[in-house]
Amino acid sequence: MRKTIGRWLVPVFGGLAFIFLLVPIGYVFAFSFNDAGRTNLSWRGFTLENWLNPCGAPAVCEALGNSLQIGAAATVMATILGTAIAIGLVRYRFRFNATANMLIFLPLATPEVVLGASLLAQFLNIGAELGMGTIIIAHTMFCISFVVVTVKARVASLDPKLEEAAADLYASPLQAFWRVTFPLLLPGIVAAALLAFAMSFDDFIITNFNSGNVDTFPKFIYVAATRGIPAQANVIGSAMFLIALAIVIGGQVLSHRRSKLLAAR
Amino acid sequence: MNVLAAPAKPAGGPGAAEKAGGKTLQRRRGRTGYLLILPGFIFMLLFFVLPVFSLLATSLYTKPPGADIGQFAPALEFGNYAVVLGSYWPELLRSFAFALVATAAALLIGYPMAYLVAVRLRGRKLLQGILLVLIIAPFFTSFILRTQAWKQILADEGPVVPVLRALSLLPADGRLTATAFAVVCGLTYNFLPFMTLPIYANLERLDTRLIEAGSDLYASGFTTFRTVTLPLSMPGVIAGTLLTFIPASGDYVNAALLGNNRDTTMIGQVIDSRFFRVVDYPGAAALSFILMLAILVLVTAYVRRFGTKELI
Repeated sequence: MRKTIGRWLVPVFGGLAFIFLLVPIGYVFAFSFNDAGRTNLSWRGFTLENWLNPCGAPAVCEALGNSLQIGAAATVMATILGTAIAIGLVRYRFRFNATANMLIFLPLATPEVVLGASLLAQFLNIGAELGMGTIIIAHTMFCISFVVVTVKARVASLDPKLEEAAADLYASPLQAFWRVTFPLLLPGIVAAALLAFAMSFDDFIITNFNSGNVDTFPKFIYVAATRGIPAQANVIGSAMFLIALAIVIGGQVLSHRRSKLLAAR
Repeated sequence: MNVLAAPAKPAGGPGAAEKAGGKTLQRRRGRTGYLLILPGFIFMLLFFVLPVFSLLATSLYTKPPGADIGQFAPALEFGNYAVVLGSYWPELLRSFAFALVATAAALLIGYPMAYLVAVRLRGRKLLQGILLVLIIAPFFTSFILRTQAWKQILADEGPVVPVLRALSLLPADGRLTATAFAVVCGLTYNFLPFMTLPIYANLERLDTRLIEAGSDLYASGFTTFRTVTLPLSMPGVIAGTLLTFIPASGDYVNAALLGNNRDTTMIGQVIDSRFFRVVDYPGAAALSFILMLAILVLVTAYVRRFGTKELI
């Protein structure tokens, strides 16, 4: 009897936990179809109107556009800087190795309020004007750590003998890097870039400190929350969810096929 | 791993081969290393390290008499710290208390999830893959939209409150929103994936033969868990609790959307309003600095007590 309870306890409890995790997402999704009018708080009936006209609410698409631009810029910068750091830290020895690792780890161990506040203090002290530029800098800063951590794992799992083999075959270090190392690192780099974009796109607290008058998508929702969030925000949130889901599943299928292909050889 | 220690091979390509004796190659490679990490580190110095010092400097500024709003003069006014601590210690303590309860709740919920996927479903690759995607699924929808969804779910006219009232688990005029319960619930929810993923990553590598060995030696399921599985998964638990506790203690979105602004205010809200509504930059900076130091002290003590070196 006790054994049966034990066997069922984990699946039942785990299953409930999954429901807890997914219910709000279902809510966001469901209310994107709500015939809401101005405040999307209670169910008023099904409509496709919000999906057909996602920019229908004032300023929502402007905020979305800003978020996409910021996400793209921060992702590109953080991915380039972070990947270089990851390769450097794993493949080369430095005298200040521990300090370097600490510098990457610390932003991850600092609450967002503090990161946002310190950048704001800095921008105020040097008299920088808050806007798109300062948001992109802030996002790049916290995304670098995520990129380094993600790519580092990939570099560490890479066999340096492959590069040596390339060198044996008279490839220059640059050729060896672009022909051998880089393609092998690419899945890790892509994963890091996607993570960076997701972090940037969803960031609110650091952005709120350094955005001035610029609205990003999360900031738009936060400000709108006091008056009622338009259903169009739910449409955009749901659409982003579906896109991200498609990318992740696509990536899984791709890597599955790739490993099958390699195994077949 | 150690490329520098590897015997130097003549690097190919015209011109490079002649120069690439053992020593030259090492030095050149060393320089490449610095070139790789330098741009990123300069960026981090400028926009992470320097700002922290900027924050410290700002926290010591003073307001000269007759100055305009937002005008402060550089000084060493350590009294700022006493002033903000005197006024906002309840919010500071409350933030840590909320974060602590949310971390404990997330551990209670996240561990069985991770265990289910990593151990019980081992070998069933497809199901594991699907559930793993579901664990990270919240990251794909906006954090604030999901918190707003909780507000609707827990609202008086939402699906939960009437049921609880009917079951007499909540008094007839009892509410869930605008309570500490709702804020902690939101924090637990929002940081649950940060708890689950590191534990999953750890349990995935757990050798299930150890669990079998436990039951072979007549240990009950719970004893095996307590003496074998849990100690082995401690690095994952520690990483998960840190990844939950740190952001939760600084968060203010949950408190702002799900709380009532009187007895649920968290320190993040105070810092935000000191900066933007009160325009008291030194006070806000001092509070941020206190928060950072407090977390650093708590985390260091925690890692010293339970931790392995694996983390940092």
